Amino acid sequence: MTTETDAATPDLEAHFQRTVDRDQRIEPRDWMPDGYRKTLIRQVAQHAHSEIIGMQPEANWITRAPSLRRKAILLAKVQDEAGHGLYLYSATETLGADRTDLTEKLIESRQKYSSIFNYPTLTFADVGVIGWLVDGAAICNQVPLCRSSYGPYARGMVRICKEESFHQRQGYELLMTMMQRGTEAQRRMVQDATERWWWPSLMMFGPPDTGDAASTSGHTQQSMAWKVKRHTNDELRQRFVDMTVPQADVLGVTLPDPELAWNSRRGHYDFGEIDWDEFKQVVSGGGPCNAERLAQRRRAHEDGAWVREAAAAHAAKHASHDHQPMDAS
Amino acid sequence: MKLGCRWPGPHSWEGSEVNAVFDNAYEAIIDGDSDARWAFGTGFEDPLSGVDTSLPAGVDGADLAAYCLMLGDDALIMSHRLQQWCTSLPELEEEVAVANIGLDLLGQARLLLSRSGAAQDGVGVRAGARRTDPDESGGTPDDDAGRPGREGATPAGQARGNGPGTRPHEDHYAYFRDEREFRNVRLVELENGDFAELIARLLVFSTWRLALLNRLTASGDPVLSAIAAKGVKEVTYHRDYAAQWTVRLGDGTDYSHQRMQAGLDAVWPYVGELFVAHAVEQRLSARDGTCVTPQAAAPKAGTTEAEERNHPDADGAGMDDPTAMSVDPSTVREEFDDVLAQVLKASTLQRPDVAALPGVGGRTGRDGVHTEAMGYLLAEMQSVARAHPDGVW
Repeated sequence: MTTETDAATPDLEAHFQRTVDRDQRIEPRDWMPDGYRKTLIRQVAQHAHSEIIGMQPEANWITRAPSLRRKAILLAKVQDEAGHGLYLYSATETLGADRTDLTEKLIESRQKYSSIFNYPTLTFADVGVIGWLVDGAAICNQVPLCRSSYGPYARGMVRICKEESFHQRQGYELLMTMMQRGTEAQRRMVQDATERWWWPSLMMFGPPDTGDAASTSGHTQQSMAWKVKRHTNDELRQRFVDMTVPQADVLGVTLPDPELAWNSRRGHYDFGEIDWDEFKQVVSGGGPCNAERLAQRRRAHEDGAWVREAAAAHAAKHASHDHQPMDAS
Repeated sequence: MKLGCRWPGPHSWEGSEVNAVFDNAYEAIIDGDSDARWAFGTGFEDPLSGVDTSLPAGVDGADLAAYCLMLGDDALIMSHRLQQWCTSLPELEEEVAVANIGLDLLGQARLLLSRSGAAQDGVGVRAGARRTDPDESGGTPDDDAGRPGREGATPAGQARGNGPGTRPHEDHYAYFRDEREFRNVRLVELENGDFAELIARLLVFSTWRLALLNRLTASGDPVLSAIAAKGVKEVTYHRDYAAQWTVRLGDGTDYSHQRMQAGLDAVWPYVGELFVAHAVEQRLSARDGTCVTPQAAAPKAGTTEAEERNHPDADGAGMDDPTAMSVDPSTVREEFDDVLAQVLKASTLQRPDVAALPGVGGRTGRDGVHTEAMGYLLAEMQSVARAHPDGVW
């Protein structure tokens, strides 16, 4: 590997930025600024945590799924999320992070995950609405990341987005079935779930780019220059709304926003003000299920400690057995 | 006959404007896919659609239906207990693996329950009949034990067809039977314990089931044979997964060794039941199709494993006879013992020496007599479906 001296850094940095500007990929062994590495570890780890915590609200309905086909779909989906978490944690490891360390940070609330998973799933219709709205919003957020400047993340996102789009279709298909072929009680369930998940889904895109509630962290600007973020929060949110309103019409549900209306001048839907106080409350740990979600993750991790220790001890025994002739010399 | 993963391939998504608004990167990935990696049975077709489910000549459809329920219920209820492990496992790799095993078993259950329904339809039920109200479904498994061919003898026997507005067989059986109509062995319904108990139960279950499925690939029912062939591949992996963890935990730390031993000790009282043939299994596995003496002997209280192995039924009919539909489970005991002996040796664990848990009046899971855990399991599994009996999902 090249020797990285302070004197060489400006050249390396210029080379790095040229690579990014040309829409080429940064790979694990390439030089990268510390800030880029840290930003990516934080971004990818939060995404990984979200996949893992996101298993909980949906797993809540696996055992009660009212048909075996829906049960299989849901179980497969939750399994996919575990898989996404696995390869996202692997992507962080290409940046020098450690999965165990990141898991500790998650259960000690030192790193965040998507706030959407701090809302409860209260009926089986929530399973469909999560697929439709939450996965739909996630896709809007994540599709541009398939072009992230960091190669391993970008490639991982292609597969994740493919699976997410499959989940979204399945969720929507469940809702269509309930609305079109189901009972009146089922249609009420779908409407109720839509009303509960609509606003939290809009919050998934993060704080607005401008105005009183705008984030002051400055992450967005730097992340866009590094091409680890490709669109602003508000652009992505608008895209989601524009995509979703016609789907709601086809489904026959009413989105809970009286201000929602097509604006022909803008060529977009206008929508009402998001409750940013609620957003801040949930992000800072005060949502309906924050404590419960973290407690479950912590319990699984701690209850499994003896198993991981046993596996390590067994592997170590075998490693030493395998190498006995050499070790004995 | 071959059963494989089916995904209907590209299909349009009504109301979607997705392609129009997404980035090029999205368009490249949104196009329909026919990947076989999606979980079996998540497609839009009935599990057995397109399969010829007519009964082989001379087969008692009610018996075949009951037998498929036994194997299907084992898979369904075991899958339920694995589903309950979701988000509680020690590592993400285990989350993926255990969900995968649960999905495989759920897929097997769906095929077997569907096969059961089709076999039942073949014995005098009007095709396309409306589904039956749960209250009207047939008697308990005991009722038909000695009376082959009686219409409606299997649970939900009068049931229902697959036309529009009717419930698929698999869902009728899973959600609208009562506890006494479930025919799974008691091992699979027990409350979950710790990770070692999960591994012990999975080791016992998959070793037993693999031995059964291997033989069932030669079943005289081509549908059951195909379902078994698919299951063999899956359960081979399940057994391997459980065996590897048994070795890791048994030969890991002192503490893990203790817990793994405790896990084995906890499930072992339910092992004997796995090898006792129910009358239906005996009839369907009999040579020349003649009935052997219906002797659904449950493990007797106080008898040890060793005594059970000397049970005179132990050399009953296997699958040598091409007309045999089922496997007499007592014939797979030897294979089970051999496999367990190998795994336990590598794990430095002791084979538990405990008596088989008796049933009630000699009746156990196959007879619809379960443990107290079963009622809660079904209350959970059936709650939504029963709250919306006319619902379509």
